[in-house]
This record gives sequence, C-alpha cells and structure tokens, in this order.
Amino acid sequence: MSAVAFSNVSLVYGPTPVLRDFTLSLAERQTHVVLGPSGCGKSTLLRCLTGLAVPQEGEVSVLGRLVLPASSSSQRHANRATGLVLQDGGLFPHLTVRDNASLPAVLAGWGASRIAERLGELEQLVGASPELRDRFPRKLSGGQRQRVALIRALFLDPPLLLLDEPLSALDPRSRTELQAEMKWIFASLGKTVVLVTHDIPEAIHFADTVTLLDAGRVAQHGPADSIVRYPASEWIREFVQAAVPRWRHLLGMIEGGGAER
Amino acid sequence: MKASLSVVALSAAFLVGCEVPDRPTIRVGSLRDVEGNLLGELFAQVIEGAGEAKVERRLGLGGTGVVFAALDAREVDVVPQYSGTLAEVVLREPRLTEFSAIRERVGAKGYDVGAPLGFNNTYGIGVRRSVASDHGLVRVSDLRGRRWRGAVTPEFMKSPTGLGAMVATYRLSLGRVRAMEHALSYVALANGEVDFVDVYTTDATIRQQDLVVLEDDLGVFVRYDGVALARPGFAKEFPRSWAALEGLAGRFSDSGMTRLNGLFEIDRRDPAAIAAEFRASLAATTVSRPTESVPAGGPAWGRLTLEHLFLVGLSLLIALMVGLPLGVWASHRPRVAKSVLSVVGVVQTVPGIALLCFFIPVLGIGWEPAVYALALYALLPVVQGAITGLQQIDHGLRDVTAVLGMSDWERRRRVELPLAAPAVIAGVRVAAVINVGTAALAALVGAGGYGTLILTGLALNDWRVVMQGALPSALLAIVLHGAFSGFEARATRWR
Repeated sequence: MSAVAFSNVSLVYGPTPVLRDFTLSLAERQTHVVLGPSGCGKSTLLRCLTGLAVPQEGEVSVLGRLVLPASSSSQRHANRATGLVLQDGGLFPHLTVRDNASLPAVLAGWGASRIAERLGELEQLVGASPELRDRFPRKLSGGQRQRVALIRALFLDPPLLLLDEPLSALDPRSRTELQAEMKWIFASLGKTVVLVTHDIPEAIHFADTVTLLDAGRVAQHGPADSIVRYPASEWIREFVQAAVPRWRHLLGMIEGGGAER
Repeated sequence: MKASLSVVALSAAFLVGCEVPDRPTIRVGSLRDVEGNLLGELFAQVIEGAGEAKVERRLGLGGTGVVFAALDAREVDVVPQYSGTLAEVVLREPRLTEFSAIRERVGAKGYDVGAPLGFNNTYGIGVRRSVASDHGLVRVSDLRGRRWRGAVTPEFMKSPTGLGAMVATYRLSLGRVRAMEHALSYVALANGEVDFVDVYTTDATIRQQDLVVLEDDLGVFVRYDGVALARPGFAKEFPRSWAALEGLAGRFSDSGMTRLNGLFEIDRRDPAAIAAEFRASLAATTVSRPTESVPAGGPAWGRLTLEHLFLVGLSLLIALMVGLPLGVWASHRPRVAKSVLSVVGVVQTVPGIALLCFFIPVLGIGWEPAVYALALYALLPVVQGAITGLQQIDHGLRDVTAVLGMSDWERRRRVELPLAAPAVIAGVRVAAVINVGTAALAALVGAGGYGTLILTGLALNDWRVVMQGALPSALLAIVLHGAFSGFEARATRWR
C-alpha cells in the first residue's frame, strides 16, 4: 500500500491550473522530497493531503483511505494521520511552548501526566531544552521554533509527517544543524515524510525519492540523485545546473583562498 | 417546602399590600432650570396635599423636547410650563399671544392647561448698569447704531421669538453674538467680554448682578405665562389634584417669582423648604409636610458614582453582547464587515442628546433610554476591535487549526478570540471612555449620574457645581482607561 496517492488530480485557482492531471504515488516509511521552482504547485500538493485545498477533479488517498473527494469521516482520518510543520513553524503566538507543543494531545483529551511524559520524550528526540517550555514563540530563535513545531507535529505519533519548506527561513548555520538532526529523526522514527523545498542540496540530503514538479505536473520522479545524474529533460538539467556551479565557485574560494579566476 | 413557599407568598402579599395601599402615583416633571425645579417641587407638594395620589418627582428634565416627549409617553403626568412655549412647541404658532386662544387650542389636542399662575417669565435683554448709564440704554431700540457684542442661550438664538425676531424688528446691526448657557454668559457679561445677554425676566441673577433689563418697546418678546400643563385625561382622573393645582392660579407675581428663584439660586435653600413656606404664606391652612430645610450639603457622591458606573457598565455589556458576535460574523465576510462598520459608524455621528431623545417614545425617561443610547455609541469601537482583531490573524494559523482537527468552536475559543483579544479590549477601552463622557448627558433624561451635578450647576449658573460633576467624570474616564490598559497588557503578554 502506498502512503500517499494522487490520481488524475486537477486543481485550478483563478485562471491558472495549479495541479494538472497530477498522478503520484509515494511509498510508506520513506522520506519523499517534492522539489520545484516557486509556483509549481508543491505547497498545494501538501494542502490537498490535509484537506485544505480541494481539487476539482481526481482522487487523493492517505494510507489507503480516500480523503478527497471529502466525506464526513475523511477529514478526521486525514487529521489523525498527519502532522504538519510550516515554514515559520505555524506556532500560535499567544501560547507558550508547552501549550503549543501539547495542543494536539489536549484536543485529543489526554491526561496531564501522559502529556508531560510525551513532551519530555519528544524534547529529547528533537533536541529542545525543557527550559523553553514557558516561553512564547516570539522569544524563540528560528531553529527553536521549528523544533517546537516538530514536537507538535509528532505529539500524537501520526504515521505521516508533512513539512512545507521547514528550514527555508533559518540562517545557514542552524539550517545545516537542523538538516542533520532531522534526517536522523526521520530515520529513527520510520515515518512516511513528505518534505517540500526549493533547495536542491537539501532535497538530495533528505530524500529517498525526489519528485520534481513543473507547472503542476511531475517533471521527474525517482531516487534522490536521479535528477542530478539522469535529468529527464533539458529544462531539468538547467534547473539543477543553475544551483551547482555556485557551490564550485564558493568551494574554490574556501580551499584555494581566492577565486578560481 | 410547601409551607415555606406559602410563607414567602404571604409575606410577599403583605409587603405589596403595605407598599401600595391602592393609591395611584402622579409623576411630576419639570425643566432643569431653577424655576422649573422650584415649581415642580411646589406642584408635587400641592398634589400630595390633595391626598389623592402618591407623587413621584421627576424634576430637572433636560429640555422642552424631553418634557413633551415624556408627557406624550405618559412618563410624567404634569409639569410647569409657559404659554409661549405651548404656542411655539405644541401649536407651532410662535406669534400666537392671546392666552385664552392658546389654552383652548392646546386643550383641543387633549392636554389640560391650567390658568396662568400670575408671572410672566419672558426673554429680556440685560446689560450692566454702568454700560446702560454711559450709553443711555433704556429700551431695546437704544441698541441701534452700535455693534454690541452679546452672549445668548442656544434656545434664544434659535427661538422664532428670540434673537432673530429682535434683530429684524428693531433693525439692529450687532457685533458678534455667541451662544452659551446662562452659567457662562453671566460671567462673560460681568467680565465685560460681552455687552448684553438674554435673561429670563424672573431670573434672580438680574438683581444679584444689578443688571438693567431693557424695555421691549416694540413688543417682540411674547408672553411666557407660567401654567400647569397635564397629559391628556389627567384632570378627569385626578380631579382633586388638578383643582389644587388650579388653586395656585394668580398667586404669583413677577417679583414674587424672582424672589423665590433667588432663595434657591443665590441663598441655596432647599427647594422643598422654599415651596413649603410659599404654600404656608398662601393660606392659613397648616402644611402637612415638615418644613425643615434639608441641608444642601455636599452632593451624594456614592449614589451618583454608582449611577454613572451602572449606566456605563450596563451599556458596555450590551454593546459587547451584540458587538462581539456581530464582529465575529462579519470578520470573515469583508463586504459585510464594511457595511456593518459604516452602519454603526453612522450611529456615532448622531449627537448624544438626539440619540437619548430618540428612545424616549419607546422606553420612556430614566435609565433605560440612556443605557440603550450609550450601548449604541459603544458599538462602533467594540465591533471595530473585533473585526480588526480577527482579520489580522495569520491565515497560516487557520490552516494549522484545521490540520489539528479543531472544531469551529475550539478554533474560536482557543485561537481566534485570544489573538483578537488585545484589539477587542482596546475597543472596549475606547468605548468605556466615550461612554463615561456621554453618560453625563444622560441626566437630561433623568438617568442620574455625574451629569446631574453638571446640569444643576448650569441651572444654578454656578461653574463650581458644574465642576463637581465634570471632574469626577473625567477622573472616572482616566481610571477606566488605566484599568482596561492593564487588561490589554495582560492579554498581550505574548507580544
């Protein structure tokens, strides 16, 4: 059974189609990265999985159950099955770290001791200090915010974790740090992860599979390095190369102590 | 259980029986000036003397319009009035001067009009004695040929038998004439900031400030004979009370009325005592009411503060109960929000006194029209706060609530309202401060509060009494502002 399946999904906002006859199936317990330039439909893809975007045509299923077209119980299924992390964390500014992180459990009616136990467990997993518990999100660094958001997404132990550009707003250093930690977390939890990014190195870092989107369609889908090694079209080669030479240039500066030329 | 119930029922019946020994109540109203308060008190005592009904005093109402609205709504039964006012307000024929004609035609509209009490409190033009002798001013005609500066009441300025008629008939070319209450215009006259003021001819200040009242040689100012005016059907329902009031006819003179006004306004005697003495002087019959003067003393701060807080608090509560749901409903419908805001915004542009009077036909006088008018005023800031607060919430957060599977109710309670709270509280704070100020007007319709002192001060032409009402009102506004700012700070800890 695939964790996530889109079949012939079409979604139009205003004049431009966002997803066009879109079909994609992602396997369980792997990390899938959805990559593409801005406006290619990658965020909308995640919104379909949470029921926030409703396509005009086609079907979406999560863990073998249809979530779109929606039914009375499909939304609940989608909510239970998924945890979501947004670019800026999506934390509620008026709630403390503790209240933000444990909100899913409070809504699910967990007791206080069970919540406290789970919170401690997750803090350890994602590397968030318990000292942060009484702070409001405004007083957190970007990295701390994303860790708290990750705790919230994982609190009820959903099988599917959705991350929409989770590291894009971070400074390079904490970004690299969190990239390493999150990869380890994903691997140790064994969840199905769908991560959206526009950054090719980040995609290759996380991915078991990479799906490159272009204008609402799948341009290429395959193992992590396939888009670099075997670009399926000239457009993909250019998309990848647009990023690659810059690293070379920078590496040359660091190693050689100056520019290549 | 049963036994205790019947005990309650019995004692309730007993209490009710004691409270109202089948005597009806007559409500006496009056204008808020010195003479109105005095005559109203006198009417009340005379009716009490007739022994036909209990009397409720609703004295000091905020203007001729309020008095007539209250009469028509049967919120008051009888009031002292003036023939000139009847001609102008009831008959809309300000030039009608013959008393019998006025009485007959107002009677045809159902009201009962008593015989003239005997004094004529019309408009006059008052000048300082020194100015009168320096410029040889005796008659109004003598004002011709010089651009005199004046200060007149808004009422005199607007009345068809007032300033306009005077200027036209006497062909005057005056200097600047400003509108202000007597409390201020007499001060302006004494300071020499203006040369003339309008006076009421039975006004005690004329004597106190030694003013010269110019003779109305062309007869512009119509007669304002004091009379008793009762709502339709009153004389038939309470024949003895009406007869007792009619017994006052012809018992006054201009100078007599001026003297009584002076006892109240200048000597600060209690109106109840003045009225009782006057009745004693009229007849040899003993007066049933004790005549000891209730010491004027300090104002009843506690009661006035409670009244003021009650008006502000209840109106805010109503505004919240209406405004919050309205704001929540409108906040995610941008077009609806726009029209809701413009509608409640229009309410804000209606002058306070007009809004108060608007409710009198439906709600009578007292605290009810005041509370609803204040609630309407408070609506704009409350609704605006709710809409602004809710609309500025990040849309991403709404997505998160959906993914967390929150119900509409949970989303509102846990996320939207707490996030909107700072803006809502700011709105309530603005509404509270506006209402403390506007509630001072509520005394005009008999709702009490600090406004009572402000109006009394205006009636007594004494700015110190005005300040006794104005200062605590301002203080209350500052206190409420501080309190709500505190709530706001607590609601925004997270910012």
